[in-house]
Amino acid sequence: MADLTSNFLGIKSPNPFWLASAPPTDKEYNVRRAFEAGWGGVVWKTLGEEGPPVVNVNGPRYGAIHGADRRLLGLNNIELITDRPLQQNLEEITRVKKDYPDRAIIVSLMVPCEEQPWKDILKAVETTGADGVELNFGCPHGMAERGMGGAVGQVPEYIEMVTRWCKENTKMPVIVKLTPNITDIRKPAEAALRGGADAVSLINTINSITTVDLDAMAPEPTIDGKGTHGGYCGPAVKPIALNMVAEIARNPETANLPISGIGGVTTWRDAAEFMALGCGNVQVCTAVMTYGFKIVEEMITGLSQWMDEKGYTSVDDFIGMAVPNVTDWQYLNLNFITKAVINQDACIECGRCYAACEDTSHQAIEMSEDRKFSVKDDECVACNLCVNVCPVEGCITMKQVMPGELDERTGQKVPAEYGNWTEHPNNPGNTCASGK
Amino acid sequence: MPNSQMTPGIAPGRLPKDAYAKNFSDLHAPLDAHEAAVAADRCYFCYDAPCQTACPTSIDIPMFIRQISTGLAEAAATKIFEENILGGMCARVCPTETLCEEVCVREVAEGKPVEIGRLQRYATDAMMEKGVHPFERAEPTGKKVAVVGAGPAGLSCAHRLAMHGHDVVILDGREKAGGLNEYGIAAYKSVNDFAHREVEWLMQIGGITMEYGKRLGDGMSLADLTGSYDAVFLAIGLGGVNALRADGEDLDGVLDAVDFIAELRQADDLSKLPVGRNVVVIGGGMTAVDAAVQSKLLGAEHVSMVYRRGKERMAASEYEQELATAKGVTIIYNAQPVAIHGDGAVREVEFEYTVEEDGKLRGTGEMFRIPADQVFKAIGQTLEGVPDGVAVERGKIVVNEHGRTSQDGVWAGGDCASGGDDLTVTAVAEGRDAAIDINATLMA
Repeated sequence: MADLTSNFLGIKSPNPFWLASAPPTDKEYNVRRAFEAGWGGVVWKTLGEEGPPVVNVNGPRYGAIHGADRRLLGLNNIELITDRPLQQNLEEITRVKKDYPDRAIIVSLMVPCEEQPWKDILKAVETTGADGVELNFGCPHGMAERGMGGAVGQVPEYIEMVTRWCKENTKMPVIVKLTPNITDIRKPAEAALRGGADAVSLINTINSITTVDLDAMAPEPTIDGKGTHGGYCGPAVKPIALNMVAEIARNPETANLPISGIGGVTTWRDAAEFMALGCGNVQVCTAVMTYGFKIVEEMITGLSQWMDEKGYTSVDDFIGMAVPNVTDWQYLNLNFITKAVINQDACIECGRCYAACEDTSHQAIEMSEDRKFSVKDDECVACNLCVNVCPVEGCITMKQVMPGELDERTGQKVPAEYGNWTEHPNNPGNTCASGK
Repeated sequence: MPNSQMTPGIAPGRLPKDAYAKNFSDLHAPLDAHEAAVAADRCYFCYDAPCQTACPTSIDIPMFIRQISTGLAEAAATKIFEENILGGMCARVCPTETLCEEVCVREVAEGKPVEIGRLQRYATDAMMEKGVHPFERAEPTGKKVAVVGAGPAGLSCAHRLAMHGHDVVILDGREKAGGLNEYGIAAYKSVNDFAHREVEWLMQIGGITMEYGKRLGDGMSLADLTGSYDAVFLAIGLGGVNALRADGEDLDGVLDAVDFIAELRQADDLSKLPVGRNVVVIGGGMTAVDAAVQSKLLGAEHVSMVYRRGKERMAASEYEQELATAKGVTIIYNAQPVAIHGDGAVREVEFEYTVEEDGKLRGTGEMFRIPADQVFKAIGQTLEGVPDGVAVERGKIVVNEHGRTSQDGVWAGGDCASGGDDLTVTAVAEGRDAAIDINATLMA
């Protein structure tokens, strides 16, 4: 069985599966259960400054998007940071860390944008024996209205400033948690790096309204007839998170900045994908809020089985391996040509590929009198839509037209050499000598 | 001492009082909203869907299932009723396993079709339970049409004609409308008086008058009808029953299965309905299965269903055969009745094993006997009471693709007419299509 031991910023944990700062990590009781279930670490739910704690709504805090069998696909929440006294949280963190010295405990923090409150809380956290802190610059609701959370994360200068204060006032590793509610994720990551951050974690939740109650004419969750935007998470946000992670991982300025991946991680495979795109570990929330802590067992056995199959002995072996293969559109090889092929033995003749191609795409699928579906190579642009709408996995595949062979659609032979848009004759910006 | 399954002869109340309600409850429980959503989600929304092609009434199945999945059960029902006004009954009695569900791509791919029948019931129940009728009658045309027979074909034809604004009179020989829906199918497929409620719901369209106790040839001739109506639709079903032509057929306890089923369907208290300790059903169609299974459910100790040909030739679908065996019926294939023995009342039925060679059936000479207190004959029904002047071939009224008979102004459909396959859903389609042709003819 592969060794899943993780070393993130010098913080050791028996596996790279941490629980994200969220309701599952709000108190000692939950965190002990999480560690007993096998989680490698937790980011303790965000602490605020000393004094009366924040107050949560007492109506519903969550909204959800379901599949047909009520499979939870996306979750949205309007919960704030911990609503328990600071001192109580600190005492609990101390006790749990003492009892689980091999697990990682990171403490998430959010205090007003002044240096003193940050100094004070860092000092308090250091007494607990926690392994590090995570700066919550992402929470999109409630706290942002008070100038914290997402309000900081949307202004790179503030990120840099607060990060610098923290680095100047503690020896603990500092992870900066980023909000996805911005236009270019690289800017806040660069700011965190300039401020001295040891790592970034992303994504925090996405501004969202999950549903509208069409009887009450109000967004859900609805509290006394009103609703507000919440933070969206769960399997539905994973593609967005993967892209943002990749953007930071392949950005030359932040390429060496460690990343803790967050956003819809539900299975070992999700975790492996985040790590392949450069994450040193992953943080999980919605999946445990849906299924409970036990799922980590599947993640541990799944990841190690896959690593064994691939011959990876340590998670470091594959972290970031997919990053070099993430590129800009303009560098994709336009001379790589494929055609869809329908396996007639696997085809169940539902005709979805036909409807999709005929109605919405390239009219490249033929339907015979006796309901057989086949690809017209002279029309197929290899868009892959038929593959995606086909209900039978592996029934439709893309077959490469090899260099030298005829592309029936263009009537041209497929070139052997790589050729991208930057050098294409149709590109007005093409400065290469192309005959002109 | 109360009767039991062991009580000899023919006796009522063989089971504990509370067993009847359970035995004759819904064969398939209705889907609840969540089950319907999950079942609907399995539909692939096929292009030019095979299920729709297989449906004799061509219901747009993918569309109504999609409507269910988006929470629009009543819109789904309207979609169904547009093509099949008896969509509620068809959802219960259609042999979906040999129609829409047989060709469902998921049946082909994984042996587990989308549950089209149950979804159709979910949608149609949703609308019918609210008492909502989705269609409105067109302005009256002043034309009058007589429909003879209030079974599925007649009801379907009448409804469509009424929608077009014609005045329709349905004439039926029995005391209730519904035909085989009311008298002829197993009780557990149409619980809570559904056949009757469906007729009442259908009649909400308006413009339809029902007259009971009216039979052709019984003080009413086709000439009378063609003289007083602008068109006539014959949906008289198959009123006769084939004889066994075996010795002893006249013994007490030897009955037509259709009569037994009709009596059972009309019984107020099933515990008072007598049934034999040993029951033998002769035949291999749906009527045979319905009689055999219901005998068992009434408390018969042994029920045998004997069919003269092999399993694969049986008209009852494999699903129906499995239902019968699951309920405790013994099915004996390749045996034909030779004689019924008894002294006044039946005691035994004697059979001869058969083999089928090149489509020809012959007895092997080997005989066996089965004890029987009751024998139900279910070897097919025959056309009866066809008025003179209407051509009949091979036991069916000859009709063209629009349901026109050989006589001008007279249409026919359902089991009495040629071309169908004696299914409720086919009868509905034929009634509807004849109505469309009648309307076109009358309004030309």
